[in-house]
Amino acid sequence: MVSLSAHGLRSTFEPSRRGFLITMMGGGAMLGYARSSLAGPARSAGELFEPTIWYGIGPSGTVTINIIRAEMGQHVGTALGRIVAEELEADWNKVKIVTVDSDSKWGVMLTGGSYSVWQSFPLLSRAGAAGRIALVEEGARLLRVSPQMCTARAGAVHSGGRSIRYGDIVARGDLRRTFTREQLEHIPIKAPDQRRLIGRETPALDVPVKVNGKAVYGLDAKVEGMVYARPKIPPTRYDSKVISIDDSAARRVPGYLSSLALEDPSGTVPGWVMVFAESFVAANRAADLVKVTWRSGKAASVSERDIQNRAAELIANRNGGSLLVDDPGVEATLASAQRKIERTYTTGTVMHFALEPVNALAFEKDGVFEIHTGNQWQTLILPVLAKALGRSQDKIVLRSYLIGGGFGRRLDGDYAVPAALAAKAIGKPVKMVCTRPDDMRFDCPRSPTTQVLRMAWGDGGRVTAMDHQAAAGWPTAVMAPSFMMKGINGVPYDPFSISGADHWYTVGAQRVRALRNDLAERTFRPGYLRSVGAGWTNWALESFMDEAALAAGVDPVEFRLRMLDGAGRNAGSSPSSVGGAHRQAAVLARVAQQAGWGKSMPRDVGLGIATTFGQERDMPTWLACAARVRVDRSNGHVAVEKLTMVIDAGTIIHPDSAEAQVEGALLWGLGMALHEGSEFINGQAKDTNLDTYRVLRMADVPEIEVEFLPSTEAPVGLGEPATTGVAPAIGNAIFAACGARLRHLPMRPAAVLEALAH
Amino acid sequence: MITFQLNGLSVSVHSPGDAPLLWVIRDELGLTGTKFGCGIGFCGACTVHVEGRATRSCVTPLGAIAGAKVTTIEGLDPEGRHPLQAAWLELQVPQCGYCQSGQIMQAATLLKDYPDPTDRDINAVMAGSVCRCMAYGRIKKAIKLAATRMRGVPHG
Repeated sequence: MVSLSAHGLRSTFEPSRRGFLITMMGGGAMLGYARSSLAGPARSAGELFEPTIWYGIGPSGTVTINIIRAEMGQHVGTALGRIVAEELEADWNKVKIVTVDSDSKWGVMLTGGSYSVWQSFPLLSRAGAAGRIALVEEGARLLRVSPQMCTARAGAVHSGGRSIRYGDIVARGDLRRTFTREQLEHIPIKAPDQRRLIGRETPALDVPVKVNGKAVYGLDAKVEGMVYARPKIPPTRYDSKVISIDDSAARRVPGYLSSLALEDPSGTVPGWVMVFAESFVAANRAADLVKVTWRSGKAASVSERDIQNRAAELIANRNGGSLLVDDPGVEATLASAQRKIERTYTTGTVMHFALEPVNALAFEKDGVFEIHTGNQWQTLILPVLAKALGRSQDKIVLRSYLIGGGFGRRLDGDYAVPAALAAKAIGKPVKMVCTRPDDMRFDCPRSPTTQVLRMAWGDGGRVTAMDHQAAAGWPTAVMAPSFMMKGINGVPYDPFSISGADHWYTVGAQRVRALRNDLAERTFRPGYLRSVGAGWTNWALESFMDEAALAAGVDPVEFRLRMLDGAGRNAGSSPSSVGGAHRQAAVLARVAQQAGWGKSMPRDVGLGIATTFGQERDMPTWLACAARVRVDRSNGHVAVEKLTMVIDAGTIIHPDSAEAQVEGALLWGLGMALHEGSEFINGQAKDTNLDTYRVLRMADVPEIEVEFLPSTEAPVGLGEPATTGVAPAIGNAIFAACGARLRHLPMRPAAVLEALAH
Repeated sequence: MITFQLNGLSVSVHSPGDAPLLWVIRDELGLTGTKFGCGIGFCGACTVHVEGRATRSCVTPLGAIAGAKVTTIEGLDPEGRHPLQAAWLELQVPQCGYCQSGQIMQAATLLKDYPDPTDRDINAVMAGSVCRCMAYGRIKKAIKLAATRMRGVPHG
């Protein structure tokens, strides 16, 4: 099986640093790892004086923890702060978190993939522990006792009846302890039963400003002398060219300044026109009145159907694509099997619709270009900005802001580019605000997908072969090609667009083939959207498992449990997938029990079950979902009455926000199962606002029951995984309720009626 | 110049009468707690009170509120301790937080009309307030918690 561990994305976060430094700087002890070789040229003698700083302790005892992850609702600063404070034995009341601006010293800045806690846990635990060791040693010296006689607790070093606070150690002591990489790796971290902060409830540090209007998002950023800009977005994402701009009508708008076609050396926003004004109101009005004539790109006539037809064509061609798994004998087994099934599943285009429309404030100050905006992947967009602006990355800084909903939209920092280009072009600070339709037309949606799954049975009803093929536009291919992986046939693939198909079921000879939908990628910029590929692969896989169980004449839960045997490559491995398929079997069995699987249901009510491993094989979040739905046969309406989810995510760092993340992800799953979906018409997603785009609202929320299985295994991701299990559970429940099998997302009433009619 | 009351203070602004109140509050008056989401009054992020009624400021022309009393999240309670805000904190409602000013302002008028709201009341009145983080469950719980407290302890 493929592992992402060897991938650069991951290895960057391993503690491959040269050493750990504690030194006095500016009246506070700064603790961090020495600069990674990835972060730039190292200084030989001085390397320890250029640390990557994770936290500092001031003479007042305040621990300021630097957070490189974007805050967009996951309370990530609180979770990461808890990890540091736990091992540091800090006084939680003295912990402050700071979301940092972009700087090469932080290494890769990425908030996505549900990676934050999973990646940071080992690093920040050791960073905290190293600080504690140094403070105990220095505290002991100041107390004139041996370090062995001391303990650290709640921000102080104690020995016998005496103690000294961390702040006093910083103020009075001489903290110069360094740790080599090897020493660091051998610093033991606490056994789970020793933990005092992790797993205990605490209010999230970012919440108070979010109830009184004081929270500052990118939209709220301002600077003296800025002008406002609203874009005119071209008819196609690529290859549109501005032929002419007529602003005669706009000139009557008070406050209107000018309109300008952007020249973009980075190719991010071809054909964009910016309309400038003294206020957003004026820019907005003027933009409506400015008439731009474009020569459209080739995608101007492409529809959703064309994209799906291309996907089907790619799958039908047996020669293309990238193979993640290709056991010998798949085709032969399928060809010769007496019993087999084949099913096709499709999903439609899905928009992010984060509530804060994309925006950015850009200006040059003291030779540095500053971009003020919330962003999830600073490391990815900085080189693009450098190309766009024609300056080096060290002369550009992304200032961090709260994000009004990420869901993957802001992994693509493309919206920073037009603001920066505009500010450069007019030589003034520019605040670009997209309206909702602008934001939607500029979205990087979840690609439409087509998947074909096949299964064969041999003697005694044993599953002997399985084939899973998935075609989609690949965000990684377009946005971050260096993160593509190589299939076993040497062909690159986007891991985030196929994860899930490489499941933990033992199915005999298995093949997983990923296909890149080139027409999708020529039409729009595919994006990462909450759970990305795992959101569609599991929809197909888990719908298929129910169809296969039916074909095999076996109960769907029993059918899955038999294949979750933990054999061979499904055994799991340390540190993140210990237990393997057995843990997936455990959550499945538990959810069946919790949801009352097997009990009889009223007429037109059905229970459906699905299980997934969340996102990726090397960071599995084991979960199972049960959906109870009621189908109205007269109009095809599906009412979801209850969702039950059981999750094993290893150690839970911050239980309250873990629960909130799961609820949110679960409801995203519900939204995309039944409601959310757009379609491409003439090269554009047809929905541009809430007048036609249906999102989940309060009355749509069913009863929800979430259970975390207690675990002390490695913490894994929680932001997205719950999304993956919901749609197939609902689809299976619809079938259980009324016999309608739906194979397209979203599952709208018309499709239910059509399935019932057949 | 158009004059109105904002959070208890009289303000006069230069924006044209057809400018949406939202942008007057945010850009001319500098109170950014009120948010921009859809621009067509369908998401609720821009909700303020005009004469005590929940109003979508993104589709309300400035001229229409001349002389009126307008309250934003910043003015809901002088200390930021309205029972809804307290309940929001206690139940850790916000995720990204972007919609929460609008949710709280909508919920405040809900509780005036329905001091003891049922699930159905809450679903109906809060239907226009979108939360993309989908913190709906906690929003509902917090409304009920605040309602209970407000019935027990008379509030302002």
